[in-house]
Amino acid sequence: MSVGAPRGLASSGQKLITEMLHPLSAAEEPPSPGPDVTVSAEEKEKVKQEPGLTNGVPEEASSPASASVLVNRLQLDEDPEADAQDPYGSAEPCDLFVTVDDPKKHVSTMETYITYRVSTKTSRIEFDLPDYSVRRRYQDFDWLRIKLEDSQPTHLIPPLPEKFVMKGVVDRFSEEFVETRMKALDKFLKRVADHPVLSFNPHLNAFLTAKDLNKRQGLALLTKVGESVKHVAGGYKLRARPAEFCAMGEYLDTFSQKLGTIDRIAQRILREQSEYLTELREYGAVYSSWAGSEEQLQRPLEGVAGCVTTSCGALEDLSDNMSQDFLPVLREYVLYIESMKNVLRKRDQVQAEYEGRLEAAVLRKQEDRTPIPVEVEKCQDKVECFNADLKADWERWQRNKRQDFKQLLTGMADKNINYYEKCQAAWESLITLLQEKQTEDKTSETELN
Amino acid sequence: MAEDSKEDSVASNVDSDQQTPDGSLNNSVLADGSCLLRRMEICVAEAEKRSGKNAVSMQETFTVYLVETRPIDATAEGRSPPPDSLWRRYSEFELLRNYLIIAYPYIVVPPLPEKRAEFVWHKLSADNMDPDFVERRRIGLENFLFRVASHPVLSNDEILYHFLTKEHGWKEMVYETGFQAKADSRLRALSATFRVRSPHKRLVEMKHYSDGLQSHTAQLLRARTRVADRLYAVYKVHGNYGRVFSEWSAIEKEMGDGLQSAGHHMDAYATSIDDILEEEEHYADQLKEYLFYAEALRAVCRKHELSQFELEMASLDLISKKQQREELATGVCHTNINLKQYAMLPKACK
Repeated sequence: MSVGAPRGLASSGQKLITEMLHPLSAAEEPPSPGPDVTVSAEEKEKVKQEPGLTNGVPEEASSPASASVLVNRLQLDEDPEADAQDPYGSAEPCDLFVTVDDPKKHVSTMETYITYRVSTKTSRIEFDLPDYSVRRRYQDFDWLRIKLEDSQPTHLIPPLPEKFVMKGVVDRFSEEFVETRMKALDKFLKRVADHPVLSFNPHLNAFLTAKDLNKRQGLALLTKVGESVKHVAGGYKLRARPAEFCAMGEYLDTFSQKLGTIDRIAQRILREQSEYLTELREYGAVYSSWAGSEEQLQRPLEGVAGCVTTSCGALEDLSDNMSQDFLPVLREYVLYIESMKNVLRKRDQVQAEYEGRLEAAVLRKQEDRTPIPVEVEKCQDKVECFNADLKADWERWQRNKRQDFKQLLTGMADKNINYYEKCQAAWESLITLLQEKQTEDKTSETELN
Repeated sequence: MAEDSKEDSVASNVDSDQQTPDGSLNNSVLADGSCLLRRMEICVAEAEKRSGKNAVSMQETFTVYLVETRPIDATAEGRSPPPDSLWRRYSEFELLRNYLIIAYPYIVVPPLPEKRAEFVWHKLSADNMDPDFVERRRIGLENFLFRVASHPVLSNDEILYHFLTKEHGWKEMVYETGFQAKADSRLRALSATFRVRSPHKRLVEMKHYSDGLQSHTAQLLRARTRVADRLYAVYKVHGNYGRVFSEWSAIEKEMGDGLQSAGHHMDAYATSIDDILEEEEHYADQLKEYLFYAEALRAVCRKHELSQFELEMASLDLISKKQQREELATGVCHTNINLKQYAMLPKACK
């Protein structure tokens, strides 16, 4: 691994990170990401216009007046501002699209498992073909993630959905579980593909293109890189963590806590809704049974029973949506936060090593005038690069978080509005029915008289 | 149907000083609206809390309702005189209704709003002094008066008229009718078991129907209570979002305002359920009205049964007495048959 003399220190915000050769990168690494691989907010907008290939979360089809559409319109207005602060600068089209879909069950004598189709569309020269379609299982995604973490220790790797599920408690092959997991895997890949550094990782390339993912095949060059950072641990104690990283840590702790609370509340709501649904069904049934013993009132009572049934159906949809779309995103962010915290910890270690070595070198210099060794300066570079990477990743993570949660919360609001609209429509049509009945009765009464 | 002379006197004892222009008061059953409501505006306008000493000299708080009346022709003539009014307690309404039930056993007397709050979902106050409860009771009492005053027979009752116009001394007037004694004897009779030999087909159908109606409305009210309980819980749990969004907004920069606002909306959502369910109580009240109506209908059917039974018993008694007389006159004794006749005289038949 050849590393030249330490370049000008990378301080975030002053020099585009993408314009520097990463001190820790191997010479054989694919050409450093140029300006054509930036993912700015404007790209996201463009990307949204290609349904099915979007690297964002697909937009729900909702009524024109729905909250999410309004929000998206607002977002488009916001973007020019965001660009100004965007460390990744220029707006080039995103040229790597990945999708995870089409789950299939595989049964063999040894085991049963699910595979997913991973489709890639790209114009990058690092890929031989413009299109790829491979099948991968969860293990493969796990492998990819570990490889990414090892080879890009200074970057935040998006989380995967939970690996282990308690057999007997959760059915690993139920449609819901598979669907939820698939969406999370899709999001994972999209986030990686969006990342200006991670998306060029050769392991990702292999994952997306190889017919057979031979997981024992390491890409030796990069593991060395990983090791150099890994061997930082132990022995060094951090003196002074810069305030901004302290703030990040505190933020992540509080945020994680709040997400946990929201998760608990949401689960409680689901339980209460389920009980409500049970009682509501019985309530509707009483109207039906009463209708059976009435003549004139039969149709109106059946009408009411029908309304209640419609409300029940709408409520079921709402609850299902909450457990399949809302809760998983919350949980995924908790995992994301854990990943981020890990990166912060690694950063601390790198800084601690530097401080330790520096202190030792300074002491020796004082004793026998030995100059500060190159290793110490290399450590300083490491720290600065790590800090820069981390800050850049933090900014994009924050942006993505805002977008994700805006979408999540407006989605929740939309679904609730939807539910109430359905109920309202049912009751309004009942009123029409009752009014018709009333006029019917009046005319027949006057006829009799 | 058996009506004794006392009932007759009450029923037809309409005020001679209440001559209407069309003089139709003496005709009890007229479909063309000779009822009180046509001649008089009635409403239960307000409710107030009072304190006083009750029958056993204990201090108690109770609610009184303002009953306002105004002759309709007064407003028709362009004048708008202030209404006459008096205060009545729930117990006085009860007394009126009990009187009407005894006085007109063949009429399904409109029901009163419930004495105690029943079918209560857990958060709803079962306290009779609760303002929402008092308000709904006021409406229920007004509906009662509307229904009674628009009934072709009931509306012409003198006791009813005095209930609406005579604040003091009305109670004594009611007791003077002696309905209480009749009430007691009726009560005893009704609670005894008996079977009618040739049941009236239509009345059996009515009885069957009223049982069904009672059962369905009661079931519905119970189910509604459970639904209300659950719905309340769903809304209230959403209130927890309010607090956590607020706390979350404190650590966010760009998202802070939005989250704060979302929190407020969740709080508003959670509190909205109180009004929603209170409104639904009005629906429940109307269901209850028909639950009680079904009970009243059932009571009329039962009274009819009792009367028919008494008639059957009296007929049998008459037959046996005639036979006895014949025997005494002719000196011939038909022992076996006589014994059978005597054995069938019920002890309850008096």
